[in-house]
Amino acid sequence: MDLINAVIVLLNYTIIPALTYGSQLALGAIFVTLIYGILRFANFATGDMMSFGTMFAVLLTYYFQSIGINFGFLPTALLTIPFAIFMMILYMLLIDQTVFKYYRIKKSPPVQLAMVSVGVMFVTQAVIRIIIGPTDRRFLDGEKFILKATEFKEMTGLAEGLTIKSTQMITIVVTIIVVAIMFWFLNKTKTGTSMRAYSDNEDLALLSGIDPKKVVLITWIIAGILATIGGILYGLDKSYRPFVYFNNMLPIFAAAIVGGIGNPYGAFFGGYVIAFAEIFLTYAYKRFLVYILPESLEPNSLMQLLSTDYKFAISFSILVIVLIFRPSGIFEGKRI
Amino acid sequence: MKNYLNIIVAYSIMMLLIILVGIFQSWSIALTIFNYCMISAVMTLGANIQWGYAGLINFGIMGYTALGGLAVVLVSVAPVPEAWSVGGVNMITSLGIVILMIFSTRYILKNIKKSNKRNYLIAGIIIVGLILIKIIAGPAIEQIEAVDPAKTGFLGGLGLPVLFSWIVGGLFAAGLAFIVGKVALGLRADYLAIATLLIAEIVVSIIKHEDWLARGVKNVIGLKRPAPYEIDLQTSPWFINLVEKFHSAKLNLANSLSERQDILNQLVIDASSVYVKLCFAGMFLVVVIILLIITQKALYSPWGRMMRAIRDNEEAASAMGKNVVKQHLFIFILGSAIVGIAGAMMVTNDGLFTPGSYRPMRYTFVIWVMVIVGGTGNNFGAILGGFVVWFLWVEAAPIALFFINLFTAHLPETNEIKVHLINSAPYFRFLLVGIGLLLIMRFRPQGIIPEKIIKQ
Amino acid sequence: MAFFEGNKMTGGYGDGPDIINSCTINVNRGEIVAILGPNGAGKSTAMKAMLGLLNLKSGNISIDGEDISKLSPQERVKKGISFVPQTRNVFAELTVKENLEVGAFLRTDNVNNVIEEIYDLFPILREKKDQVVGQLSGGQRQQVALGRALMIKPSVLMLDEPTAGVSPIVMDELFEHIIRVKNTKVAIIMVEQNAKQALSISDRGYVLVTGENKFEGSGKELLNDPEVRRSFLGA
Repeated sequence: MDLINAVIVLLNYTIIPALTYGSQLALGAIFVTLIYGILRFANFATGDMMSFGTMFAVLLTYYFQSIGINFGFLPTALLTIPFAIFMMILYMLLIDQTVFKYYRIKKSPPVQLAMVSVGVMFVTQAVIRIIIGPTDRRFLDGEKFILKATEFKEMTGLAEGLTIKSTQMITIVVTIIVVAIMFWFLNKTKTGTSMRAYSDNEDLALLSGIDPKKVVLITWIIAGILATIGGILYGLDKSYRPFVYFNNMLPIFAAAIVGGIGNPYGAFFGGYVIAFAEIFLTYAYKRFLVYILPESLEPNSLMQLLSTDYKFAISFSILVIVLIFRPSGIFEGKRI
Repeated sequence: MKNYLNIIVAYSIMMLLIILVGIFQSWSIALTIFNYCMISAVMTLGANIQWGYAGLINFGIMGYTALGGLAVVLVSVAPVPEAWSVGGVNMITSLGIVILMIFSTRYILKNIKKSNKRNYLIAGIIIVGLILIKIIAGPAIEQIEAVDPAKTGFLGGLGLPVLFSWIVGGLFAAGLAFIVGKVALGLRADYLAIATLLIAEIVVSIIKHEDWLARGVKNVIGLKRPAPYEIDLQTSPWFINLVEKFHSAKLNLANSLSERQDILNQLVIDASSVYVKLCFAGMFLVVVIILLIITQKALYSPWGRMMRAIRDNEEAASAMGKNVVKQHLFIFILGSAIVGIAGAMMVTNDGLFTPGSYRPMRYTFVIWVMVIVGGTGNNFGAILGGFVVWFLWVEAAPIALFFINLFTAHLPETNEIKVHLINSAPYFRFLLVGIGLLLIMRFRPQGIIPEKIIKQ
Repeated sequence: MAFFEGNKMTGGYGDGPDIINSCTINVNRGEIVAILGPNGAGKSTAMKAMLGLLNLKSGNISIDGEDISKLSPQERVKKGISFVPQTRNVFAELTVKENLEVGAFLRTDNVNNVIEEIYDLFPILREKKDQVVGQLSGGQRQQVALGRALMIKPSVLMLDEPTAGVSPIVMDELFEHIIRVKNTKVAIIMVEQNAKQALSISDRGYVLVTGENKFEGSGKELLNDPEVRRSFLGA
């Protein structure tokens, strides 16, 4: 019984939150890695682009609510995803045409493009703050919980409760669907293969008749989908604050590089590596150990390896360690 | 000569803008902007050494700035004896353990060949060391932080003159740069950018959360100043006399003695703030000029030529026997140290240390915009970039407000869009700086004052 | 009038100096033509000019009587001109089959038949079809590179030093493959360092020196020409 309680504690406080957070990071990391692999620069506007897409979801959710549209027990925000994605892609293509395209055609070094993306970051942040302001916004409606701690306790008779928030379930399920479709597209379709070919060897791809314009267009479309959905899922789970999205860019970069930048599979797993590391290293294990250790060994302290203040620092430290010892990332092999 | 003309014109325009602020807003605001411009200029000089001279991309400016700020606290604040007595021994022991860990790791790295055994040994040392530190420092930290937490709750500093901290700030930053450089300089440019960005975040999060060190997000206020305090000036007869003399014409217009006294009081208050800022401006100007002379000399020295050679063609330079790795590390440390000095200057100027305010947007990316806008590889350009961008950053909101009012003049005051835009005025600084950066990169990629190609 | 001709081509990369000077190269279907010459003679450049990778100051290029001097490389690929670069000539991160599929990117019909034909030509590729090309040996990679280039069923195949960096045994094998490709009525132009071996399988050869035609003739003629032998064949 104690063992089951201990497992429930872990599930409730570490595994489920880590899977959720990891999914959000994974979507962002694949976005980073796609841009890096195909357009060949580190996009410092990543977080703010995700924020931009989410902003539309927030505004549309408010609008839908005001005219009485809802999605039953699911969040209304899910209904707004297609529209938000559409706006996001439009914005990305506008930026690409007015800003990035020039440097791509000139074949500027990646550093210059990265610096340009800093400019895009500033502009995007300004646009977001001017449109929606910097304040915290919640836009979650519908059922909040799939499983409540009290219900779970009644059901099982265990001392520990298990809570599953609907946003957690939605995040995990939606991520799996989106990522599965994307990997199918990249691996099984002609366009997907041509994108991977372009990423691998641009000159040869051109000699094979692959149209670079089309590759770039599709890359931005996929990037728009990933960025918007990742941003919305994060916003639903926590809340929407433009500033937080900028900060999230850092663990997202960490996930992408840990997974081997340019490699979407690596980015996907990298998201979970970062999330699990952050949560496992900052979780106070006292409650868990109480169940599995004999009473005489019960810990006095919280049994926390690091204070939660250092959550971000953990992902960065992992990244730095990976960069030093294995700059190509921990997942080698097939790239996009 | 034409180049110098450009520089003179650009700087004159900049000065004129600041003077205009003095005339239309207030001299106090103008001087605040001017002082911050100079702090920014020091930062850009540092970043420019790395990027402009050597092509190293350092997105960790924030971390070095914060370390410089930390130096001010650790140097100038008086020590807290109670905190030292409850936890001092343990903290020093922990420091000793850290040093021991570093040296034993170094020893292992030097004397044992690359193998799994070596890795396990190092991992063992780190884990044992961390556990020891946790056991020794943990309770001490709690006790230190419990010492009058509303006011102290930290070990305090050394109680030395604050100007000394500018040098210490530079040394701190140099120390961090040494570690970062050793670790990350081999990375490709964009990886280096990301790695330095993240390392800076780690540094700031340590400063933010280790309250025993510098009170963390509880901030340290009332730091010592190398300049007089306004309140002292306002009661000093010599200062009041000075103000009286300076404004005698204005004062003579007063109708009665009491009115004259009121005007004088107000003038003294204004003048005291201007005087303090002028003192800072003087000190900052000295730093900027010294750094400018040194960096200019360095740029045109054989060493500067070698650095540019390395930047423009690393392989060729290394084939010619130049130690690229060593030079890169050196320049990385040098540039970071200058940024550290700027960080210390800034905290001295503010009189308070607020770790929570260190954000990459303000302390890394804006500085980078300054470097690129000003002109990479050119020290005059870097300084100008610091001035121009900081000026825009501060004055963006008033400028935006002006234009919003201009374009929405026909709308009623209660118009929703107008109200929303007016409330959003502060965010136009991001727009202005972002668009400025994009335009410069597109149409004048070498910056306002380009790097001169030195032939010979 | 040959099938694929580059007449009096003059030009260089970007704004740089002219690398080739009034250089003429032509090839017919079912024929192998080797371009030889000392280092820096403009061999690869002449070939790249025919593909449209550099701007010509003068001269023209035609295929089957049609002037294609103004077309971009991609458009020339559509005309049936395929090119195998010397380095980075495969998609190392894709599988063998995917490499072939990308090679057929411009084809709208079912490519599986073509892939089967390539497998028949290079049986080893059928065996390794699901392997990532980066893991294959040098000789196998060159076969993938040839296979990829053949996927559009080209009428002209241009090879830039196909045997660079492979062992002599693999080189012989590769030359055999090239002859088999030639027998499918493809016009082949190749730049080669291994002049003797290249001439032995070539129908004709051109010797370029400082970007100009110095000698030309059938493989045998060049092999037996004392001056060519002395200057370029090292014997």
